[in-house]
Amino acid sequence: MQLAQRLRPPERKAGTGSVRLYLAVAAGSFRRYSTYRAATLAGAFTNTVFGCILAYTFLALWQARPGVGGYDSNQAVTYIWVSQALLITVAVWGGGFQDDVQERFRNGDIAVDLYRPVDFMGWWLAADLGRAAFHLIGRGVAPTLVGVLAFGIRLPGHPYTWAAFLVSVLLAVLVSFGLRFLVSLTGFWLHDSEGVRSVMVVVALFFSGALLPLTLFPGGLGELARLLPWSALIQVPTDVFLERRSGTALLGALGFQAAWAVLLLAAGRLVQLLATRKVVVHGG
Amino acid sequence: MADTLTVRAAWALRSWWLMAGMWTRSTMAYRASFVLMLAASTTVTALDFVVLLLMFQHTEQLGGWSLGELGFLYGTSSFALGMANMLVGSVDALGERIRTGTLDTMLIRPAPALAQVCAERFSLRRVGRPVQAAAILAWSLTRVDVYWTADRVLLLAVLLVSGSVIFGAIFIGFATVQFWWGEAGEFQNSFTYGGATMLQYPPTVFAKELVAGTVFGLPIAFVNWLPALHILGKPDPLGLPVAFRFASPLAALLCVLAAGLAWRAGLRAYRGTGN
Repeated sequence: MQLAQRLRPPERKAGTGSVRLYLAVAAGSFRRYSTYRAATLAGAFTNTVFGCILAYTFLALWQARPGVGGYDSNQAVTYIWVSQALLITVAVWGGGFQDDVQERFRNGDIAVDLYRPVDFMGWWLAADLGRAAFHLIGRGVAPTLVGVLAFGIRLPGHPYTWAAFLVSVLLAVLVSFGLRFLVSLTGFWLHDSEGVRSVMVVVALFFSGALLPLTLFPGGLGELARLLPWSALIQVPTDVFLERRSGTALLGALGFQAAWAVLLLAAGRLVQLLATRKVVVHGG
Repeated sequence: MADTLTVRAAWALRSWWLMAGMWTRSTMAYRASFVLMLAASTTVTALDFVVLLLMFQHTEQLGGWSLGELGFLYGTSSFALGMANMLVGSVDALGERIRTGTLDTMLIRPAPALAQVCAERFSLRRVGRPVQAAAILAWSLTRVDVYWTADRVLLLAVLLVSGSVIFGAIFIGFATVQFWWGEAGEFQNSFTYGGATMLQYPPTVFAKELVAGTVFGLPIAFVNWLPALHILGKPDPLGLPVAFRFASPLAALLCVLAAGLAWRAGLRAYRGTGN
């Protein structure tokens, strides 16, 4: 018998219990990714190879045009290495919880997820933060070290820059989650969010500054790129790392990221509400 | 002997063709996704070239090469990688096939395992990369100042085929690492995508040791760098004998032999879990 049933999101229970739960989810996700050591090693190796190749191309450009985009050649090389170190943490290529959610759309488990006494978005956000924490270490440290040893990249001088950088990376992950969550939710309407997802990869790669600092983009395109949420993924944290912003400018940069994070997470919350109202489970 | 080899190769190609056709029909079930992914795959692979265009907003040359010449490098490198990725790129999921046990199913089917692994989850959207690469290559040919003699035209055709074969062999060769090291799928990206990215820039940009590594180590310099020196008439940063510029088919043959041996060794070392 075909049974069509409407699902409602469970009531949210606030309190210390749920905080502990989300911490457990994040820790579990961290452990899950840390299990695949060979994959992490292979991935960090790939980021390092790309860092090397792109660093040479950047050196060639900055040799031809010193100081272009407001970076000197050492800053430019640092930029590309930090960008490679962050690429997986802030999931410019997508992935992380998106793969899990897509699989659950395909096999129908998504219906069970909505029944759980845990908030759908909160669960996946916690899991993604755990993943990002692992990737920052597993995929970030090795490229940065090789960058220092082989290309003499510039590490932040002040300890508080490191703190600001970590805050900036956290905000970048939140923005990235907000974007990817919206993409995944299109699955409720399209059944398969892979197409939308691959389009988003193009946009994210281009507008995050992962390929080229956004200051090198011409005129209006550059200004637009710096206002879009994707610049919060790579351009902003990397500039924080390079100590290009200090004082109120630094607060402004972090505020820019935070504003996009809040906006996107709120949008995600709204779309989730619409999506769960709409879900019809074919069971029986 | 020669006859059986031909028969076996034909059978492998036919198996590949049948499976690729099956997967194409299956992906067409989500037609909207396919169209979006084809568009995205075409665009994402063109982003590297957009980066080049943006770089040339700020400079006239990179490492002594013009934008047209870089377009030639980009077009040839991306075309070779794209063809290889479309035809055999699925082999990079070998570790997953081993983990989920589907490789065992392939081994008992009456078709060559390698052909099946290469055609598994064949996705037609990967045609996006070679198509846009060919378009940019065609554009670059209008920009470069080349006196088109017969040998240059022939060499261009040879490099496109040899380059695709070299990258195909690299895909297969490094995928076999996953027989021993199942999670290392991403490892080969360094050599396939990383290699192709490197070849999009002039060899003069990189350290000489690195360029030497692409000639005598993993021979990707034969994909486009070395033939391009002859076609575009550029000086060789390594000062190698001129014969190297015409040796791409030989390099491709060696790559195929090495990949074939690696695949055989891997398959021989493989033990199913009995699922």
